[in-house]
Amino acid sequence: MGSSGQTVLQYVPSPASVSAKVHPLVIFNICDCYVRRPDQAERVIGTLLGSVLPDGTVDIRNSYAVPHNESSDQVALDIDYHQNMLTSHQKVNPKEAIVGWFSTGGVIGGSALIHEFYSREVNNPIHLTVDTEFRTGNASIKAFVSVGLSLGDQQLAAQFQEIPLDLRMVEAEQIGFDVLKPTIVDKLPNDLEGMEATMERLLALIDDVYKYVDDVVEGRIAPDNKIGRFLSDTVAALPKLSPNAFDKLVNDSLQDQLLLLYLSSITRTQLSLAEKLNTAAQIL
Amino acid sequence: MALLLCSCNKVFSASGGYRGGHAAAQSRPDRRTGLCRVGMGDSSKCRLIFILMVILKIIKHCKELSPALVTGQLLGLDVGSVLEVTNCFPFPIREEDEEVEAEGANYQLEMMRCLREVNVDNNTVGWYQSTLFGSFQTGELIETFMNYQENIRRCVCIIYDPSRANQGVLALKALKLSDTFMELYRTNNFKGEKLREKNLSFVDIFEEIPGCEACSLSPNRIKVSNSALISAFMTELEADTPVTQCDYDRLQLSTSPILERNVEFLIECMDDLSMEQQKFQFYYRNLSRQEAQKQAWLQKRRAENAARKNAGEEPLPEEDPTNPLFKPIPEPSRLDSFLITNQIANYCNQINGYSIKLLQVGLSLLVAGQSFSRLYLMKALHEK
Repeated sequence: MGSSGQTVLQYVPSPASVSAKVHPLVIFNICDCYVRRPDQAERVIGTLLGSVLPDGTVDIRNSYAVPHNESSDQVALDIDYHQNMLTSHQKVNPKEAIVGWFSTGGVIGGSALIHEFYSREVNNPIHLTVDTEFRTGNASIKAFVSVGLSLGDQQLAAQFQEIPLDLRMVEAEQIGFDVLKPTIVDKLPNDLEGMEATMERLLALIDDVYKYVDDVVEGRIAPDNKIGRFLSDTVAALPKLSPNAFDKLVNDSLQDQLLLLYLSSITRTQLSLAEKLNTAAQIL
Repeated sequence: MALLLCSCNKVFSASGGYRGGHAAAQSRPDRRTGLCRVGMGDSSKCRLIFILMVILKIIKHCKELSPALVTGQLLGLDVGSVLEVTNCFPFPIREEDEEVEAEGANYQLEMMRCLREVNVDNNTVGWYQSTLFGSFQTGELIETFMNYQENIRRCVCIIYDPSRANQGVLALKALKLSDTFMELYRTNNFKGEKLREKNLSFVDIFEEIPGCEACSLSPNRIKVSNSALISAFMTELEADTPVTQCDYDRLQLSTSPILERNVEFLIECMDDLSMEQQKFQFYYRNLSRQEAQKQAWLQKRRAENAARKNAGEEPLPEEDPTNPLFKPIPEPSRLDSFLITNQIANYCNQINGYSIKLLQVGLSLLVAGQSFSRLYLMKALHEK
């Protein structure tokens, strides 16, 4: 439909602001696939699995690479492989469904075709790009959705519009991540070392707070009411026990723990005794 | 308070079960000598290298489907003395059905084929499974081990306990069966004599590939490695806060529900153990009764023979294989009792670990409590 005078290119922003949450495992998987890609391929393409949370956020939990062939104007994706992997993954976790696709490297012409393919599989797929070549100097992970560009009433083209991305880890993964962060870890730390590290961090925090309060009192820093209120809330959250009651509480729990320790040590002794009697001793 | 501690220390050293110092919450094969027993033979010396992604995948899978227990396959490379685990995939939960067995095998083949196409290492190097509070030593585990061992020279089993992630601990264990145990299992010979011969005790069934400090002298170790690309991304993903959720969990004092469940499991296991003990007692009683009867019969025979000699007749043989008295009574297998004992030892170690951790926190609280009240006072004075 023509309109007189100027034609205005409109684009309709997606009505609901979609945002995406990515589990770091997905990123690692993509990196691993990139490192293992066949020599002639420049980038890796694959499917993203996950679910849509009730508030509209897309939760991306898993991914797998799909072999593909790329030439200047054509992209061929191995659809059978894609279907096979999908069914296999769904056997393990039926809640995981396709939510989009990923590629390393930036958004290029061929991406639109692939995006169209994935739009047939799922409504409004997310396109995740992971910049493995560090073109901008730091690792950039971006997510896009496709938004329609219309001229008047005619749908002209689609544009990739970036959406906010949240990289957060579930607690259990966070623990694994913290433990394994250095490139080579010589050992998995045991309980006590972890405890030590935690205590150190706690002490550092308390020191910081102490210094801040000191500075404010001395007049070196302008006081901030919000922080002050927060601090007083925290301190007030400590239960007000008389020192005797507190001591008694701690002592009681300590004695409980010691009892358990004693119990388990006795059990162990019993075990070794029983074993000696059963195996090592000769009856006849 | 101090007195109580001293007397408890004495108890510990008497039982020989505790050396003051580090107490890992994961079980170690031999705490009496403070060393980890390394298996005999060269094939068992191996270093285990993990890719971070594998561990995250295992954690994710086990956690998503907990409390159901899940299993999965480990893939990687076995090169020289290094066993590298580079990828893994989960198994669907299997029903107890005959036809589903074939489906499971199909799934496995399909996955391996697909992964091969994207250049993932295709060799099976073991499997992983999740567990609840460390109760994983069952007969099935050993069977699975033997199945795998037949085809693969070196295989490893990873046990992950998702319930302990709430405490800020990465409860990952790598296990192998010891060689001597495997020999015995193949011949299905768990009699007392054989065990004494091989000097096998219940701690020797599983060899844990340790990742802990005390074993830095042993050649068996777990290492975690990452490719450079992944390390680069990791810096991006690093949390900004100086204190992580992990720390909040570690400082939590309320581990009593977990301790309770541990002790419950311990009690159940003790029941099982006492049943096994009763079986042995029964066997020994039967054995001694049979011996006594044999002796009585032998005496009678000898008396008869003496009488016959006097009468000038042929003496009768002193043994009579057809007599039911001479039938040897089968000795019950000790495999089950070993497994149960192992389980109990595991629980004990875990309880030990928690208790010691709480003791540390409690003691430091006690000390901190006094200094904190001083801090309170100083703050009050400041504000004045």
